[in-house]
Amino acid sequence: MRLNESIVVAARPQLVWDYIADPANALHFMSGITRWEVEGETRIGLGARYRMLMRVGSAEMGGLVEIVEFSEPLDMAWSSVTGVDQRGRWRLRKAGGGRTRVEFRFAYGVAGAGLIGYVSERVAAPSVRRHLRESLVQLKREVEHEQQRQDAARRQAEREAATA
Amino acid sequence: MADPTVLGEQAKRNGAHANDSGRARDAALGSLGAAARAGTRTFGRASGGLLGAGRRLAGDALGAAARQAQRALTADLDDRDPDYIRENLPLSWLLATLWYRAEVRNMGNVPERGPVLLVGNHTGGNMSPEVIVLPLAFSTYFGVERPFYQLAHNLVLASPAGPFLRRYGAMAASHEHAEEALRAGAAVLVFPGGDWEVHRPSWERNKVDLAGRRGFIKLALKANVPVVPVVTIGGQETALFLSRGAWLAKLTGADRYLRLKVLPISLSLPWILNVGDLFGHLPLPAKITIEVGRPIDLHEQFGPDPDVDEVYDHLTGLMQDTLDGLAAERRFPVIG
Repeated sequence: MRLNESIVVAARPQLVWDYIADPANALHFMSGITRWEVEGETRIGLGARYRMLMRVGSAEMGGLVEIVEFSEPLDMAWSSVTGVDQRGRWRLRKAGGGRTRVEFRFAYGVAGAGLIGYVSERVAAPSVRRHLRESLVQLKREVEHEQQRQDAARRQAEREAATA
Repeated sequence: MADPTVLGEQAKRNGAHANDSGRARDAALGSLGAAARAGTRTFGRASGGLLGAGRRLAGDALGAAARQAQRALTADLDDRDPDYIRENLPLSWLLATLWYRAEVRNMGNVPERGPVLLVGNHTGGNMSPEVIVLPLAFSTYFGVERPFYQLAHNLVLASPAGPFLRRYGAMAASHEHAEEALRAGAAVLVFPGGDWEVHRPSWERNKVDLAGRRGFIKLALKANVPVVPVVTIGGQETALFLSRGAWLAKLTGADRYLRLKVLPISLSLPWILNVGDLFGHLPLPAKITIEVGRPIDLHEQFGPDPDVDEVYDHLTGLMQDTLDGLAAERRFPVIG
């Protein structure tokens, strides 16, 4: 099952990228995520591994995932190493006016589960989709707040430079 | 052609162990052998002209039953099949989510690595919800790669569902099997209250009753593994459990031959009046909540030579407190 949600954030792609690439932020903005811990030496970047869990229905699903694509500040994708099969992708593109279009793609399933697997993927879809939407809304809030803070700091610095 | 008598005796010899569980197994297998002999005699007398065919048919059927029972009551850790578990997670998830609206709290309390003994209260009769929900929660949280075994009653493993349950990690309840799994670094789930607790009347649903069974404490001490209490609420609302029927088990001899201390009586679907619950029942969709407690290192908490009774009282008290807390949250039966 593949789900796709997107949102436009009033912030530069680099700012959005810096926020989503930092594993310390995962629990702050990713809805339904109950665990996102660095596993191994690499914290950020290609090959970084995280132990993650997402609450879906009655279970916390997840496992070990690995970053398999890391093209700053455009695309970051991960794939499951253990646990339920999953692939995720953050796709950032310029939207004009200093804004960024953020796309969150998430595919999941259990290979070999047959018809029951097909049914369960569809039953889980509304819950997972809600998590994706809420994650994007929370990301937008967090990053736009950071963008405003940076803009205000820049303006203040410019005013101080002009009066000096 | 398989001779049921020989197979019954062979099963008895193979299952022989110089311990309590071994003797219980012997009793079960011995009774199977006796059943095989009786079956053959009965068929022999009744079949007349069809004597040969009848005997062969009975021999095949009872021989297969003897082989099945022998296989079920031994333990092979390799029977657990992670790929099979993974492929069946969707089914467990659908049942847990849609039917039981299950909620498992604090699975993160289970130590991340190493052997651990999970000790639970048992609910819901022979269609116990936590045997679906708990392995699901464990497998999705830690991954199917982490070995996880559940100790089950002999009859459960000897039933037609036995081969499937073994692939999930179920093994016949005995100290030897549990020790073997713990030595291999696995997590082991045990319900000490067993058939006594799982069939308790519905009005005792908020009571932890491990029936005074302390074997799991000795097991944890011997294997030097932490104990994690796991408390379930809601299972006793999946039917109206009226009586354990301990008197019925004695009357029918089920306590001696089948290790059944109870022959429960309940009102449940689709049978309405359900005696024995041997064929299970359709459980009501009661909300199931499971709370996983903090791990207890028995040597650390109770000293180098802990008093088993003291540990038992502490642990059951802890589980009862947790169950009381869960019961206080519950507004309506079944609905939750």
